[in-house]
Parts: sequence; C-alpha cells; structure tokens
Amino acid sequence: MVKQLSLPRMAIAVAVIAAIILPMLMPSWATLITLILAKGIVVLGIIILLQAGQVSFGHAMFFGIGAYAVAFWGKYVGPGDLLLFLVIGPVLSTIFGLAIGLFMVRYREIFFGMLNLAFSMVLWSLLEKMYHYTNGADGIRVPRPTLAGIAFTPETFQYVMVYLTLALVLITSFAVQRYLDSPLGHMLRAIKSNETRLEYLGVSARKVLLIGYVISAFLGGLGGVLVAVTQQIATPEFAYWTKSGEFVFIAILGGTTSAFGAFAGAAVFEFVRFLAAAKLANAWQLILGIVLIVIIMYAPGGLIGLLKRKQPLGEKP
Amino acid sequence: MDSTIAVLAVLDGLSYAALVFLVSVGLSLIFGVLRVVNVAHGSLYAYGAYAAATISLAVTPISPWLTFPALLIASVLVGVVIGGLIERFLLRPVYGREEVLQLLITFAVFMIMDNLQRLIWGVQPIFAAEPLRLLPNITVLGVAYTSYQVLLLPLLAALTLVGLRYFLRYTLSGAVILAVTEDREAATAIGIDARRVFLVTFMIGASLAALGGALASPTTSLVPGMGTDMIVLSFAVAATAGLGQIEGAAVTALMIGLARAFAIYIQPEFEVLVPYLIMVIVLLVRPMGLFGVSHVRKI
Amino acid sequence: MSRVLISARGLKIRFGGVIAADGIDLDVLEGENLAIIGPNGAGKTTFLNMATGYLRPQAGTVSFLGQDITALPPRVITKLGIARAFQIPQLFLDRTVIENIMIASAAQTGQLSGLRSLLDLPERAEMEDLLDLVGVKAFAHRTAFELPEGQRKLVDIALALALKPQVLLMDEPTSGVASSEKLGLMDILTTALTKRKVSSVFVEHDMDMVERYATRVAVWSSGKIQMIGTPQDVLNDADVRAQVIGI
Repeated sequence: MVKQLSLPRMAIAVAVIAAIILPMLMPSWATLITLILAKGIVVLGIIILLQAGQVSFGHAMFFGIGAYAVAFWGKYVGPGDLLLFLVIGPVLSTIFGLAIGLFMVRYREIFFGMLNLAFSMVLWSLLEKMYHYTNGADGIRVPRPTLAGIAFTPETFQYVMVYLTLALVLITSFAVQRYLDSPLGHMLRAIKSNETRLEYLGVSARKVLLIGYVISAFLGGLGGVLVAVTQQIATPEFAYWTKSGEFVFIAILGGTTSAFGAFAGAAVFEFVRFLAAAKLANAWQLILGIVLIVIIMYAPGGLIGLLKRKQPLGEKP
Repeated sequence: MDSTIAVLAVLDGLSYAALVFLVSVGLSLIFGVLRVVNVAHGSLYAYGAYAAATISLAVTPISPWLTFPALLIASVLVGVVIGGLIERFLLRPVYGREEVLQLLITFAVFMIMDNLQRLIWGVQPIFAAEPLRLLPNITVLGVAYTSYQVLLLPLLAALTLVGLRYFLRYTLSGAVILAVTEDREAATAIGIDARRVFLVTFMIGASLAALGGALASPTTSLVPGMGTDMIVLSFAVAATAGLGQIEGAAVTALMIGLARAFAIYIQPEFEVLVPYLIMVIVLLVRPMGLFGVSHVRKI
Repeated sequence: MSRVLISARGLKIRFGGVIAADGIDLDVLEGENLAIIGPNGAGKTTFLNMATGYLRPQAGTVSFLGQDITALPPRVITKLGIARAFQIPQLFLDRTVIENIMIASAAQTGQLSGLRSLLDLPERAEMEDLLDLVGVKAFAHRTAFELPEGQRKLVDIALALALKPQVLLMDEPTSGVASSEKLGLMDILTTALTKRKVSSVFVEHDMDMVERYATRVAVWSSGKIQMIGTPQDVLNDADVRAQVIGI
C-alpha cells in the first residue's frame, strides 16, 4: 500500500463519520449509503486483482451468486436470518471462485478478462432463461430477514443495514489492507511487476493469484448478499456484463491504489446516479460516462490520486 | 431429429449469423489493428439501426425503394462520423496508456451513446420494416421466410467478407493496415502514418457495426437494449474466433448462429446460453481462439 | 573430489536455423566459480536458460545433485537450490529495494503469510545486512526503478543470494557496473559466496574478471564447449585468444 498522506487519511475519517451521522439526519439516505458501501466491498475485490495487473470483466458473477443464494433460500427454504445470509452467500461465491479460479489463474491480461466475462455471461443466461427456477428477468423477491432472530420494522431495518454494512466495510478494508501489506500481497503485485522474477524466486504466481481471486470472489458474494437484502430483490442483471463494467468503472474512478478508493468511487457513482435520476431526466449514464473519460484522461490516479499532492517517485500510474 | 426442423434451423441460423458476423468482424478488425476492445461497438450497431429506421421512415412516402440506399447511407454516416469522432478525440489521446484504460474509454462512450439514444429516439419500440416488405417471400418446407432474411443478408455478409479479404490482401491501403497490425514500429519507420491507419480502420469497423444494425433494423423492433446485448454477443464471437481473425469470425459467427438456432428449436431456454458456453469451452482449451495464433514467449 | 552439483549431458537446442546448443556436456562442481566465456550468440545465455528450466532442451538432460531437472519449471528448480541473476536485472521496479529483497526472503522461508506485514518479518535485519554486503543499503527505501543500472545489478544479485542457494548462476554480473567499481563488486561477491558456501557459474566478457575470480573457465563456441580448464590454461590458449578475446 502506498504510504498515506494526511489528506487522504482525513478524508477517510470524514467519510466514516459521515456514514455514521448522515443516516440519522436523513433517513432516506440510509439505503443509498448501504448500497454505496456494499458495492464498495465488491470493488475491493476488483482492486485486489488490479494489483496483480489483471482486470476481471465478469465479477458480477460473484455478486449475482451472493444475491441469488439469498433469493433461493427465500424461495425454496423459507424465511432467513441475515447472519445466515452473510455466511451462505460469500461461502457459495468463494466455492465458485475457487473452482473457476483454478482455471482462471493460467490466463493473463485480456484472456483473463475475457474468460471471466464468458463465465459471468453463462451464469447470466442461466438466470435469465431458466424461468422455472429463477423467475427470469423479473428476478426473485427477497423478503426482509431477521437479524440474530430479531425481526425489525422497515424503518429500523434501514439503520440495521447501514451500520452493519459499515462495520463489514471497516472489517474487510482492514483485512484487505493487511493482506496487501503481507508477503502474499506483495507477491500479488509482483505478478504485475515482473512475473518471471517471481517464478525465479521459487514462488508459484498461479497460487498467489488464486488466493487473490478467491478473496475477491468472497467479497463479491458478500456485496451481493447486502445489495439483495437492501433492495429486497435479486435479478439476472446482477450478473450482467454492464454490472461487471460498473465495478471496474468504480475502481478506476476511485483510484486503484487504496481501499478507500473503492468506496469513494462507489459514493460518487451512486450519488450521481441518484441525483441525475431525480433532477436531470435520467442522464446519469451520460454524466458518469463523461466523468470517467475526464478522469482517465486527466486524473489517472482517480479521485484518490487527486487528493494526494503528488505521486510518490517511481510509482507506476 | 426431424430434417424439417434442421432445415428451418439452418435458415434461421444463417440470417442471424450474417448480422452477427458483420458486427463481430468490425470489432475484430479494430482490435487487430488498434489493440482496443471497442465496447461502444454495440452502440454503433444500435445507432446504425436507429438511423436507418429514421431515414427509412422519412423516405418511404417518397419511394419505398429508397429505403435500401437509406440503410447504406445510415451505416456510412454513423460509422464514419461517429466512429471518426470517437477515434480522433477519445481514443487517440490515450494510446500508449494501459489497455484497460482504452477499453474503459470505450465503455464510457457506450454509456454516453446508450443514454443519448434513449433521449433521441425514446424508449418505445420503433418499426421500420419497409425493405423487408419490398422483397418477396420464399416458402421452405411450408414455412414462409422473407428473402430479405434468408437471401439478402447472407449474400451481403458473404460480399462483405470477400470485399474485406480483397481489400486487406490486394489493395495498397489494405497492405498498409496489415503492416501496421504486424509491426507498428516498423511501419512507422518506413513512413506510414499509423494514426491515420487507426482512424480509417476504426471507421471501417464502426461502419460494419452500423451496417449490421441498419440491415437488422427491418427485421426486428428497435428497443433500447439492442446494442447492449449485441456487444457482448459479437465479442463472444470475435473472442471465440480469435481477436483479429477476419475469416475466422465468419466461420465462428456461422457456427454460433447455427448452434443458437438449433437450440431455439430443441431447448429454447438455452438459446442465450449457447454462445457464451461455446466461448467458455473454446477459451479454456484455446485461449487465442479457434483461429488465433498463439504468441511466442520472448526471453 | 568435490560433489557434482549441476550436471548437463548432451544438451541440444535449435531455434529455426540457429543451433544454440550442440551437445553440451558440463559438470558444475561444489565450491567452484566457473566462468563461461565466448562470443555473442554462442549459446551461453541459452545454457543458463536450459539449466534453470526456462527452456526445454530438444535433446539431453540436466540434473542437480543427481535429480533430473530437465523438464522442471524455474520455480521448482529455484526451490531445489539454483538461483539466478540476470543479464538485464529482473527486479520489481515499482517496489522499494528493501521490499524487493524481503519478497525474496519470504519466498525462501516459505512463510507465505497473508496477515503479517512484509517489512516486519524476522528476517528483516538479515536482509538489510545482505543489502549492506552488496553495497546498496543506502538505497533501501528507494524504488528499484530509480536506481541506475549498476545498482540494479547489485540488487538482482542480492535477490538471488537471499534465496540461500547452493549454486548461483549469474549472467554478466559486472556489465553495466562502472569499471572503477567492478573489482570491488567481484571482491565482495566472491567473499560472500565463499563464506556462504555458494558455488557460482558466471557468464563474463571481461577477461580481467575471469582471470582474477574464476576457478575454472569454460569456452563456448557455436553451441559447443570448445575448451574447459583453469583460467591460466584457457586464457593463454592460442585458439581461444584468437576467437574469443580477439587478440
């Protein structure tokens, strides 16, 4: 991880405080904040893979798996508890991540991206067309779960979700930060830097990448559970390629060198979408598209890059 | 399996494959020369369709036969103008940057074009089937087909394939494009303006996508999602064939078109699944695609 | 009689029309510093590539302490005890020097933790000493990218040493290093190698270095070993002088 200057650190502190206080001041924003945080968790996974120089264009697949794990439970088993969901969703996505990852880590660059896309589209087409099981494009409703056995009113549940998600964000961000500072994390970045050298140190790049991939699959599933519960629905669109693109977009928007970037990017993305939908006659895609182009051309470090005074010497953009 | 069904499936698959080929070959060409995955390719397809429909509806009162040149004009307009603008002002500034950033620029373009499309043409389906109606119907095994779909489309696709092949292999411009694809630095060293080649290639690729859309417009109702579905489908075809492979794209489009058509008759739920399943299987076994050349690792 | 560490028998490989190895037989003995000399294109780097699993020979075998390593990948061969330093230094350019060597250290100890900070690992002090040994400790917190070629070579060698190998294969260790510093580098290197009981094979074009530091010299020519012997014998041989040294 890049040594953080005080400005980004302050920004993080402000953001956390905002996330705690805003829902209390403006209850209608609680859901929006939850979605931002949940998507940020998925984007953390994208950032992990970006450290190895690989872009996954199919991560929506793990997001979708997490969401549908919850939805299927509701449809085929019965009412659920949020704690249970937080286990089965990520566990399922991790299993898939391991299975697919075993193949995936043999590929690099565009082939890595394409194969991820292909798998995600296979999942999407199954979700979209197997009406009997999945309800097709309409998706499956996710009724409000209990939390540790306690049922909440809709109003209270919003708060439960936003603070629970915030807690999960802090835990996962901390864990990902530790991971990226560890030998495995450095070796992950070595894959991007000089994979041959890594092999010549006796390290299996595939094994290192697989660990990163599985972690990112876990995070994807976790985000999927949180979004499905918050929006109370799981649709095939959760696994569609545009959703994968959204996650990569947010990663670049926020800046790919720090965990905070994932959430900063998600915040900007969702706020623009929310505001544009309300005020600008649904031109949110237009605006975000322009924002992305501007960021890529003039601020390659993303929003976080803008916060830092200057890039540390020798750091690759 | 019933031979009747087989023949019907082949005809369905053929016309579908023709359209998919036109879009994927453009995508493949752009990747082969510029090394950019053009996510906006689907939008160019959609704009080609919408532009063709708009012009068609405008000229139909004058003379229905004008709708045919209308299709062509629409494709060229969209491909050259919009394609040119995209390459010149949005892609050119980021050449030399990481490939994923170039891809994300085209993703941003897709988002912008998709939004604009809804603002310009709205979300209600548009029908402009005049060219289709002008041509006679053909009856095969008791089922009526439009000659537009089973004859004209495959014919135009085949002509495009032959034309592209001829252009690339036997004309000077084509040779220049191939030179830049093969070795950018060497080509520049002998005086070829690589930037011009990129611009022209992008325009050609974009026009092909727009042509696919224009030709598709009489056969279907135009709805907002058409570009979004087409980009990932054409990418699946291009990747399965091997990015940059022209003839390979034709074969693969045919294969996937036929597979999908058969799926519709045998097990409809798998219709959408088939292209992506094929893509997964091929990429697992041959990541460079069915017709792609594997890269030699340099020491 | 010293143990045979690396043993190559009948290695052959060709790239199209170029025969890079035409029946190489060579034993690398424990405790020696074997210099490999020869004109460009003679197949010296190709030999190193085959000995470390980067290239598969079309015929012949390579073994290490009796075990056949011909078909093994670099990763496995490295773990067995053969480390490599490259002609063009292969470093993690976006990481600092200390990070580079700590990665090598973590790879060597095999403690691939996902939670402990890389720079807090117990081997840190030892690695800093190693950096000091090759003379780059002052650059520990600079990124490898910032270092000039000579320093990068030193870090590359340090990375290989951090793996605690039994044999170190170096491709032109002093190329890129300023002439005034070559002697100093080789002095430090050979002392360190002797102290750590690491045998070495090094490709070298500078005959002064070969004369001073090699215990044996092998002469490569058109994919074959033309001659092998003590530096004295080899460097005074008329054919060698004509073809390789150019006198």
